[in-house]
This record gives sequence, structure tokens and C-alpha cells, in this order.
Amino acid sequence: MDLYEYQGKQYFARFDIPVSPGATADTVEEAVAVAERIGYPVVVKAQVQVGGRGKAGGVKLASDRDEAEAHARSILGLDIKGHVVRRVWIERASDIAREYYASFTLDRSAKDHLCMVSARGGVDIEQVAAEEPGAIARRHVDPLDGFGIEEARAVVAEAGLDEEARDGAAEVLVKLYRCYVEGDADLVEINPLVLTPDGRVHALDAKVTLDDSAAFRHPEWAEWANLEELDPRDRLAREKGLQYVGLDGYVGIIANGAGLAMSTCDVVEQVGGKPANFLDVGGGASADVMASALEVINTDEKVKAIFVNIFGGITRGEEVANGIVQALGRVDIAAPIVIRLDGTNAEQGRAILEEHGSDRVLSLPTMLEAARRATELAGGVVR
Amino acid sequence: MSVFVDRSTRVVIQGLSPTSQGLYHGLRNRAYGTNVVAGTNPKRGGEVIEGIPVYATVAEAVAETGANASFITVPPAGAPSAILEAAEAGVPFIVCITEFVPAKDEARVFATLRRDFPGSRLLGPNCPGIISAGQCNIGITSGDIALDGGPVGLVSRSGTVFYQAMYELTQKGIGQTTGVGIGGDPVPGTSFVDCLAAFEADPETRAVMMIGEIGGDAEEQAAEFIASEMSTPVVAYIVGVTAPPGRKMGHAGAIVSGSKGTAAAKIEALSRAGVTVAKSPTEAAEAMAEVVRGLP
Repeated sequence: MDLYEYQGKQYFARFDIPVSPGATADTVEEAVAVAERIGYPVVVKAQVQVGGRGKAGGVKLASDRDEAEAHARSILGLDIKGHVVRRVWIERASDIAREYYASFTLDRSAKDHLCMVSARGGVDIEQVAAEEPGAIARRHVDPLDGFGIEEARAVVAEAGLDEEARDGAAEVLVKLYRCYVEGDADLVEINPLVLTPDGRVHALDAKVTLDDSAAFRHPEWAEWANLEELDPRDRLAREKGLQYVGLDGYVGIIANGAGLAMSTCDVVEQVGGKPANFLDVGGGASADVMASALEVINTDEKVKAIFVNIFGGITRGEEVANGIVQALGRVDIAAPIVIRLDGTNAEQGRAILEEHGSDRVLSLPTMLEAARRATELAGGVVR
Repeated sequence: MSVFVDRSTRVVIQGLSPTSQGLYHGLRNRAYGTNVVAGTNPKRGGEVIEGIPVYATVAEAVAETGANASFITVPPAGAPSAILEAAEAGVPFIVCITEFVPAKDEARVFATLRRDFPGSRLLGPNCPGIISAGQCNIGITSGDIALDGGPVGLVSRSGTVFYQAMYELTQKGIGQTTGVGIGGDPVPGTSFVDCLAAFEADPETRAVMMIGEIGGDAEEQAAEFIASEMSTPVVAYIVGVTAPPGRKMGHAGAIVSGSKGTAAAKIEALSRAGVTVAKSPTEAAEAMAEVVRGLP
């Protein structure tokens, strides 16, 4: 789960990482009240999960009540790259002497945690990495060794942070590591980490991605889960426990297993079609799960045909087929459906599907044939 | 021959109870011919469940039955300590199929095995397991889809595409030595390179099929290994060619950021290493049929 900036800052504050005092507002009136309470100058910041907010006019400085009101009015409702701003974060403006960068994430190839620090903050770090890789100090952290103040001092020095910022930055890094590990984050990133003219170091932005698998030991995350930016179809899929990702095409995809769902998208593209989505119903394929999946796909008007691709492993072919047949009885599907069922007892399963087949529900034996047929039925050109 | 597990493998199922996933899958594995010799459960030591003797700890199970592999299906909160218990008991091969183990726990467990228990290999978490065709099946793969007799070693990050690829090989009459599902999690205990090295060393594995996936750089590491260390021919298929950047596609592992971890980059690296890269599981099986026909 990706956190909004204000949530990230709230999470940082729990680990004692210094952030500017602030609050959220969902209306212009609330925004003015918050600004008045905090004291000017304040920064009004759009809360959307997309980069480039500043350039899009989503971050503005207000030095009095009128400006705070005008900025809140212009930012709330603003569309930033398809993300409509519903909430702003208002915080006391900071005087900035220098801007740095700090993060922790997992380096999957080293199988260790990775700390990155740069004296070049406030800009796109991927651009820094591409243009001037030497400007980023990297340090691997063995999870068993941890990351203490000595390690933090070393990496801050290596990154060439200004002398007066080093102690403060090292302390922030140690706390950031705690937030990353104890807070079960996949990524914690501060960009920029700022040095103020009076020598304090604090986080001016917060990017936090939580590890969904660790939610069982973080009941405090529940309040954030409902606020995630999801389109209605994503939300419906999540409520039904399905893994769904919307794409641009016109062939709806349902498969069991993330790999097979991705592979199904690939095969559709390979034969000349365009997948409308990725949808993984998980290992099995019961009637309930299939009905939910069909319901989700059915709400997508782009979908002109549906390709159901199930490989029966533990779940036997006849069970899968019965599940699909029941689901078809429960959901009124607009688009024609092509089903490819394979694996354990696939023949029995296909026999069941053929019994219930029609010109709207077809069963084909292989992935490639089914992908071609679904693409044709959707009006695509098959290669 | 086979890699990692064979007829002599003796399996202990951790967290065994009459209603556990471990029992369900363990009985299926036993029906396949796997030597399931013990179960563990701190509350059920001394019981016998479906003919499987239960011990309170893995150490006891190992001492009493000579178990040399363990099978873990317990929920995510308990999986890390179960893995470490098996390692402490000296179990050399540990299969953990548990899904949704937090990444921090995976990293800590991996680092602990690396430092303190180099003699224990972990497969998983979040993987379908391992099957040495006709000999031993630990995990959730349906034994029906495997064909024994070799000559192909199969390794996959994705679970269902692992089954799909094995099934396609079997349909073509191409047997397998061992199929290893390494799982798509951020910190898998066993990597492509570990499996490729084992296959290269196994005289009966004469060709390898590798199913990669977008995200991370495990396939690029595999490509380097193949180029420098392998003479066995390799056919690969990379899942996720059409996946959009920045979105998580089901697995934690299958996420693409920027140009790193894309299918295109992986396909290029593997092609450069001399690997035949197919565009679908079906094409991969066809390419493998070609390779197998050409074997001396």
C-alpha cells in the first residue's frame, strides 16, 4: 500500500523523524482554519499519489489568509495526471538552506537492505542515478547487523552532506531505518530531506510503501486502507479478494495464478489482441470466485470478449468447470466468453463446459487457440 | 537422477494436525510416492495422524526418523520461526509454500540461513514446491502433470506457469528430471542460479527450461551464469511482456520500475547468453522439443 504524503509524515512522526507541523483539509474552509491555526507562511500541498505535483500547480506557498484560501480553492479538485485532488496537507513553510535525499529499500539481488543518501535532493532521484551515479552513496545493510549511528555517519559523510547537516541527518537515518524495518515498509524515502538555515534537519516530503503482507501485525494500518486511491473496478476487485489491474485493451482476462494471468495477457498480445485487464482469481476457481471475477470484468465497457484461462492443478477440471457454469448462471455477462481449461481432469471439465456451451460460451483446448478466438470475437485482428 | 530431492528424501511436515494444509498436501505427496516420515506439532507429540508419527519438535523428528527435508505450510506469522527451527535441527532441504510472508521476515530468515546455517537450503516461501518426477513431490504440484525419465530440468518463479510448462512438456512426451518452483517473493531462499547450477551438475538433466518473470534482476543473474558456467542448453520464457510499468501484478516480485526488471531487458540478456527465448509456454515446449530431438 502506497501512503499519501500526510500519512507518510504521520508514520514518520511515530518513529520520531522530524516533520513540519501540519494537518489535512478536505474543503477550502477547513484549509483556511488549519492555516490560521498553524501560522503563516504555510505550504498547501495536493495529496495525490503521483509525481510532479509542484509543476502541476499542486504545491503553493501562502503568506496570509487570502492566499491560503485562494490556493486551497485552486488545488482542491485539481486534476493532476488523472488524479483528482480531494485532500490537501497544510504545513508550516520551512526555510531551506540545502536539500538532500535519503531512503531505505530492499536490494533484491543482494538480498540485503539498501540505504541510499545523496547531497542532491529535491530532484528526481532516478534522474540523478542516471546522470551522476556517483552522487548517490549506497550502503547495504545485513538485516542481522542492523543500521546504527556509526553506519549512518559513514554513509552521510560518503554522500558529502554539508558538515553542519551530518549529525542531524545521521540521526534521521537511524530513525528512518527503524521506520523501514519495524514499520514493515517496502520503501521509505525522504526527498527532500532539508537543512534549515538554523541547522536543523527534517523531512519535507514522505514517500512510504507499506508491505501488505505485514498488515496482520499492524492493526493501525486499517484506517489508511480504505483511503487508497482506487478506481471503482479496483475497489470492487479488492473487496472480492481478487488481484486486478486495469489495462487499455478490449479482451477481458481471468486466470488462476498471477503468473498465468500475466502469461495470458502476453499470449493475447502475441496473437494480435489487446488485454483489457490482468485478473488473478488465485489458486482455485470456485463458483463464488469466478462469479466475482466475471462481475468485475462485466463493469468494464471496453471489454468485447472475455478469455477465461484456468489451469487445474489441485483444483480438478470438473470442479472448475462446474464453478464456471454456476457463475455464468449468476452473472448476466454482456461479452462472449472463451474458456480454456487444462490440467488435471481437463477432459471431464471440458465435457461439462460443452454441455453448457453456446455461441456465447466457447471452450477451446489450448491457450493460443483460445486467445485467437477471444481476439476475433472482440473484433480484433488476429496475427 | 534428479536435483535436491529423490527417492531417498525423507520428509517431515511441520505444523501437522488433522485439519492442516500440511496434512492435505502431505497425503497427496505421499500418494505420489514421497516418503513422508514424520510430522511436528508442539501440542501433538506422540500422536499418529493418518499413519504419520507426530513429534513435538523438528529436532526430535529428525532424531527419530532421519528426516532430511521439511515441508512448511503454516500461516505467514509462524513460517519464519518454522523455517529456522528446521534449519537449527539440521534439515538440509526446507520447502515453504506459505504465501504473504512479510518481506522483512524473509530478509531476516535468508540472512540467518546465510550466516548460521549454510548447510540448509530453503525453497520458497510462496512457491509450489519441488517434484522429482516419479520419485518425490514436496508441495502443491499435481503429480499427474509430471512425466519421469528426464531429460529436462524445469525451474520457474511463477506457480501456475510452472504447472503449465510442465504439462506442456508432458503432453509432448518430454519427461522431466526435477521441476523446481522457486516462487515470486522478494527474497526467495533458492534462486534461478542455485537451480541452474544443480541442473548443470546433474548428468541426467540434459536440457533446462527456465520460466522467468518481470521484476528484479534474477533472470539477468541467471543469464550471466548460463553464459559463463553452463553447457546444458536452456530454453526460457519470460512472463509479463505486456505488464504495465509501476503496477504490482499479483506477486510482490512482479513489479516493474523504470527500465529495470522489464521483460525486454531480461529477454535480451538471456538471448545474449545463448538461451532460446519463447513467447508463450506453448512455444517454449515446442522449442524444447526441438532441443531434445537434437540431444546426442
